[in-house]
Amino acid sequence: MSTSGLKAIAPVPTATDFLDIVLSKTQRKTPTVIHKNFKISRIRNFYMRKVKFCQDAFDEKLSAILTEFPVLDDLHPFLSSLMNVLYDKNHYKLALGQLRTARHLIDQVAKDYHRLLKFGDSLYRCKQLKRAALGRMATIMKRQKDPLAYLEQVRQHISRLPAIDPNTRTLLICGYPNVGKSSFINKVTRADVDVQPYAFTTKSLFVGHLDYKYLRWQVIDTPGILDHPLEEMNTIEMQSITAMAHLKSCILYFMDLSEQCGYSVEAQCKLFHSIKPLFANKPILLVINKIDITRLEDLHPDSRALVQEILDMEGVQNVQVSCYSEEGVMELKNKACDTLLAHRVDIKIKGSKINNVANRIHVAQPKPRDEVVRAPFIPDAVKDKKKYDKEDPDRKRLLRDDELEDGGAGVFNINLKRDYLLANPEWKFDIIPEIMDGKNIVDFVDPDIAEKLEALEREEERLEAEGFYDEEENMYASEDEREAVEFKANLKSKIISQSTKKGMKNQARLPRTAGLRTLTELTEELTKAGYDPSRIEERAAILAKLQGAKRKRHEEEEDVDMEEDDSEGEEPSDWEDDAMEVDAASKVAKRQKTNSGGVINKKLPKTDRTTAGLKNEQQYDKTIKLRNLGQRPRNMLARAGEGDRTIKTKMPKHLFAGKRKGGKTDRR
Amino acid sequence: MRVEKCYFCSTNVYPGHGSAFVRNDAKVFRFCTSKCHKNFKMKRNPRKVRWTKAFRKAAGKEMTIDSTIDFEKRRNVPVRYDRELVQTTIKAMKRIAEIKAKREKAFFRNRMASSRAKQIAHRKKRLEAAKGSFKLREPVTKTAAAPEKIKVSVKSSKSALIPGEGRSMGMDID
Repeated sequence: MSTSGLKAIAPVPTATDFLDIVLSKTQRKTPTVIHKNFKISRIRNFYMRKVKFCQDAFDEKLSAILTEFPVLDDLHPFLSSLMNVLYDKNHYKLALGQLRTARHLIDQVAKDYHRLLKFGDSLYRCKQLKRAALGRMATIMKRQKDPLAYLEQVRQHISRLPAIDPNTRTLLICGYPNVGKSSFINKVTRADVDVQPYAFTTKSLFVGHLDYKYLRWQVIDTPGILDHPLEEMNTIEMQSITAMAHLKSCILYFMDLSEQCGYSVEAQCKLFHSIKPLFANKPILLVINKIDITRLEDLHPDSRALVQEILDMEGVQNVQVSCYSEEGVMELKNKACDTLLAHRVDIKIKGSKINNVANRIHVAQPKPRDEVVRAPFIPDAVKDKKKYDKEDPDRKRLLRDDELEDGGAGVFNINLKRDYLLANPEWKFDIIPEIMDGKNIVDFVDPDIAEKLEALEREEERLEAEGFYDEEENMYASEDEREAVEFKANLKSKIISQSTKKGMKNQARLPRTAGLRTLTELTEELTKAGYDPSRIEERAAILAKLQGAKRKRHEEEEDVDMEEDDSEGEEPSDWEDDAMEVDAASKVAKRQKTNSGGVINKKLPKTDRTTAGLKNEQQYDKTIKLRNLGQRPRNMLARAGEGDRTIKTKMPKHLFAGKRKGGKTDRR
Repeated sequence: MRVEKCYFCSTNVYPGHGSAFVRNDAKVFRFCTSKCHKNFKMKRNPRKVRWTKAFRKAAGKEMTIDSTIDFEKRRNVPVRYDRELVQTTIKAMKRIAEIKAKREKAFFRNRMASSRAKQIAHRKKRLEAAKGSFKLREPVTKTAAAPEKIKVSVKSSKSALIPGEGRSMGMDID
């Protein structure tokens, strides 16, 4: 909201809106369900509640309006008389009074019907009573149509009033219409007042603010006034008069000596004299405007005498200004502000409050204690310091120069080591060691480390001399025992190291030859252990012989096969394919025997299915080789392959999900 | 960059290794391995867990009072870098480590001295027990000369399986 002293006011609804709001609120916030066969006390309560609630709602809303609108007698005289001028005090009071009466009447109606409802003997009666009560309240409210409409307009107008603070430093601009009051305020502040070349362009008060001497000043532009009795003045002029009468301000009375405004100098002077009583106890500045056209000096002596008469009055100062050429505008502003400030200070000093403040202030002034001169100390280095100059070849080298040389911004990196403060500047760029033998070097750094180490060495010597480190009596009973213990320790370490080594390589745990032992090894060890290995040797010899014979036979067979193959190859090519399919086995007429005459029962399958689909033996070998090669990496990592048994899905969905109806959990 | 100590087992934690836990009062706990971290999470007291350095120190199993130990500590006093000082420090570190190792060895010997008699008895008992478990046999040389060869005619049996002399069953060889 705008005017200080006038707070924001909530919108005032029209009479019909008001009714709608209250009745719908009553409907919404009270219970709605009732039956005629309910207990009569309940029915009565139901309707009493509705009546009471409706009355409360009216009361609340009306009270809100009544409290929000300001009481004219409590306001600052300026605001109250401004409102009187704008809205008519009587009308305003009447409107509020009517609302107050309406509130009271509604209260009475509700009270009456509340009492009557106590005697309601049926639902129907009670309902009729409620209807009558609400109807009467609504009628009362409908009659308040005009006051509500008026108050809404007042509210809207108040919200548009400029924010005039009656108590601050104020410059008040006044004068005849069209003398350049609004032009001046536009020049001095940021207010955007409409300026037009006809009278009464400004129809209400306008406020602008300016800063001078770090203070905030309020500049009020008033509508022009004509010189006629107070009773004949219209609302627009009355606003100006109110402002002049009630605001403690500096009056800037604007005059147009060129008479372009349409009023003669004489009339303007006359107006000044007629409103002079309003300027009592206020600093007055007589502003001669439009000096780009007519100056005071150029004026006709008769008119000039009139002006001079005003100027000769006590407390009236003269300033000549041209808002068009901006001549003297700033001087006027400064002069007005200074005058007002001085005036306000004067008033305060004259007042009774000044003693309170003055008693608390003490200004200390230093006094020379002796004749000694105490000049400020400025070091020579500072005195001789040359000002930095970009062009100077001997200028100080800046980090910026380094940056430009080393690639510019984004590339150049500041080396913080450059600024290290060390005993020897050569050490600046040393790479400082941090860790050695699993220890932090920093933890050992100590300025007195040399002395401490020396002390330690001395202690060491002493301990050695005392025999602290001597190996005392032997721990072990005998040399054997010592050896045994050492062996054990060695074995332990060996096992550990081997196991770690083994753990490192991802290979089969046992080599292929791990289980193989030669016969000689076996016999030797058995002999050592005191057993007779002769029978084992015999048996091994027999087995070896047998194996040898078998191998020999196999080789012979292969030879035969090859010969047969050759013979087949030599056969003429006009043989049909099916006739060629003769199994080699069928050709072997004689049963093979061992050397000892035993028959070798060689039950070979009729066809070798391992080679099915392959061209020949070589191709078969190659496939096997390739397969093994492909499996090697998986084998090396001991990973599961296709052949390994796996359970692909641990919980197959069909066995675990859904309703359990027929069947068991494990099979369905 | 510095080598930190594991909060739980006090082993070295090198930069880029291990993990750290920062409590909401900004105390940093560093762990060498997940094992130590888990033990910490179980709220175990490192002084009561036997495999930690803290336990060994608390239980008097390691040298805790010695002049060599005072050399290494966080001093929290800023010292300007000095090349000579660092050189002497590095030399000193080596020498201190040497002395410390020597003293630790002596400490161990002293610590063991008290239980020596007990240990000797234990070892003796163990040896006795081990001796009883097996019997040493005298090595035997091959006594009898190779048995005489006797020619035996082969029967014309067609079976490949024939009972050998003194043997239950075996393959016949010529």
